[in-house]
Amino acid sequence: MNAVRDLIKRYQLASVLVLAVLLAVVLPLALDIFRLNLVGKYLTYAFVAVGLVMVWGYGGVLSLGQGVFFGLGGYAMAMFLKLEASDPITTKIQSTPGIPDFMDWNQITALPALWVPFKYLPFALFAVVAVPTLLAWIVSFAMFKRRVGGVYFAIITQAVALIVTVLIIGQQGYTGGVNGMTDLKTVLGWDTRTDHAKYILYYLCVAGLLASILFCRWIQTGKAGTLLLAMRDKEDRVRFSGYDVANFRIFTFCLAAALAGIGGALFSLQVGFMSPSFVGIVPSVEMVIFAAVGGRMSLVGAVYGTLLVNAGKTFFSESFPDLWLFMMAALFIGVTMAFPMGLAGLWESHVMPWWRRRRGTSGSPPPAVVEAARAAAPGRPKQGPAPSGGRPVYSPDGGLQ
Amino acid sequence: MSNTDFALAIEDLTVSFDGFKAIDALTLYIDKNELRVIIGPNGAGKTTLLDLICGKTKAGAGSIKFKNTELTKMAEFKRVRLGIGRKFQTPSIYENLSVFQNLEVSFPKGRSVLGALAFKCTDEVRARVQVVAEDIFLSDRLDLEAGLLSHGQKQWLEIGMLLMQEPELLLLDEPIAGMSARERELTAELLQRICKNRSVIVIEHDMDFVKRIAHKVTVMHQGKILAEGPMEQVQADPKVIDVYLGH
Repeated sequence: MNAVRDLIKRYQLASVLVLAVLLAVVLPLALDIFRLNLVGKYLTYAFVAVGLVMVWGYGGVLSLGQGVFFGLGGYAMAMFLKLEASDPITTKIQSTPGIPDFMDWNQITALPALWVPFKYLPFALFAVVAVPTLLAWIVSFAMFKRRVGGVYFAIITQAVALIVTVLIIGQQGYTGGVNGMTDLKTVLGWDTRTDHAKYILYYLCVAGLLASILFCRWIQTGKAGTLLLAMRDKEDRVRFSGYDVANFRIFTFCLAAALAGIGGALFSLQVGFMSPSFVGIVPSVEMVIFAAVGGRMSLVGAVYGTLLVNAGKTFFSESFPDLWLFMMAALFIGVTMAFPMGLAGLWESHVMPWWRRRRGTSGSPPPAVVEAARAAAPGRPKQGPAPSGGRPVYSPDGGLQ
Repeated sequence: MSNTDFALAIEDLTVSFDGFKAIDALTLYIDKNELRVIIGPNGAGKTTLLDLICGKTKAGAGSIKFKNTELTKMAEFKRVRLGIGRKFQTPSIYENLSVFQNLEVSFPKGRSVLGALAFKCTDEVRARVQVVAEDIFLSDRLDLEAGLLSHGQKQWLEIGMLLMQEPELLLLDEPIAGMSARERELTAELLQRICKNRSVIVIEHDMDFVKRIAHKVTVMHQGKILAEGPMEQVQADPKVIDVYLGH
């Protein structure tokens, strides 16, 4: 029991547990399947936001092109689903039965070589992670090894987002163009559109997201996490301590891309289509807003940020469709100016102290006693980071450098 | 260039910024176990020289050999791994991390990405941190956030971070800036202790301090070496008095 408590403290798992209960128990009980499916869709964006916490919050490198990786993962999954939905019987009215409908409309008469491996689910699943990671590696290797960073890197990721969008829209016969890939129905014969399947996919999404958060938390609590913060604030000191700073940046960027790709694939599965509107600059910036609102230093905060902004988007865009974009921009500016560490920062700076004060007055041992007990506790070396406050989670000057 | 017995051999080193020669055909040899102090007026190129050795600035021409390995084309982190440690002029430490973490991060294991992911703070690391912390007078401050240290203690911490790597050549840029008289004394003692089994180059302005620690002094002026030798000899040199020490 003590070991479990120790683990929870060490990796700050309490907040993850609360999130797990909310996503896995409370929301499924409170919402009907239509709304829950919507939440599931938002949670796929949360994969991107969690990745942004690593690359932007911890790594100090702002990427405004995460939509590209979300899209690539989504397209890899969608290609498999589209091929399965395009069997010769359903597509017999086409001039070339057995190929996706948009290819037929574009006078393509045989399945392009690029598409052939996507007939196989294992390959598609591999591509969901590998393709975004590979592109991220190419971009980040070229940039970080040359010490391009900060604003310049952000601009380059925007350019990549634009290029990939233009490419997808332009190559209509291969990608479905501006409409994307629609009518995705089954995975190996299993219909993904039933309520039952939607529940399963929702839980798959929640499990994947929680696993991603735990993985990132594990990185943060280790030496690599410390180094990321160190090189964000004192790049030269890290370099002159014998570390190749670029390699660590490349790793985080690739990690964020892989997470985004997984999110994209789960999007295609749950929503049943994929289109360029999730790839370009606007969705990429929106994803940064999710992370900023939730708190760019908090993995769990990023998930709440994503859910809140999207819930707001759904609500407001129904009521004030013309105003939504302006409100989104105002939200981003407001958040970065008023509470730069997002909701998680507010929690840390306002809610937690209030809670501690309250608890302090209701007969709990005075802080000195707690401190002494903590120091005496077995398994916790005295020099290790204290469970709270010891870790440099909220640096005043963190972020865009 | 032939190989030598020197720890560091710099020959004909030149670097210019927009035509201004910050280092001008400079030749300098540092012995093993030597503590060399470099002095000189502002703009003489002292810090630039350290930048060139550690790789922060790329050399225009000439050669820098450390243990007979040519450094001029080598990446910075590789020079560190070869055994060169650099302390910057203003203390460069991780303010948000504890003193312990500052030292731990500087431990020379787990320097690749995968290595860092797999890195565990073993007893070996803790023992090493403890030893170094005692060396730099901070063994009772291990849990403190480094940003809360005094300026002098930050200087010590940065030296300690270098000691964690057990470097064979230490480059210290103004290690006693901002220190109290007592702290200066302790630092002099520290430097004398740590220059065993390694070479140390110190840039310093405080002549009393230089007298206490230097084995040999090099005076730089306008990117060149003006004089070199024991402190008394250098102090008596009319050229040095003229450009630097004053009459």
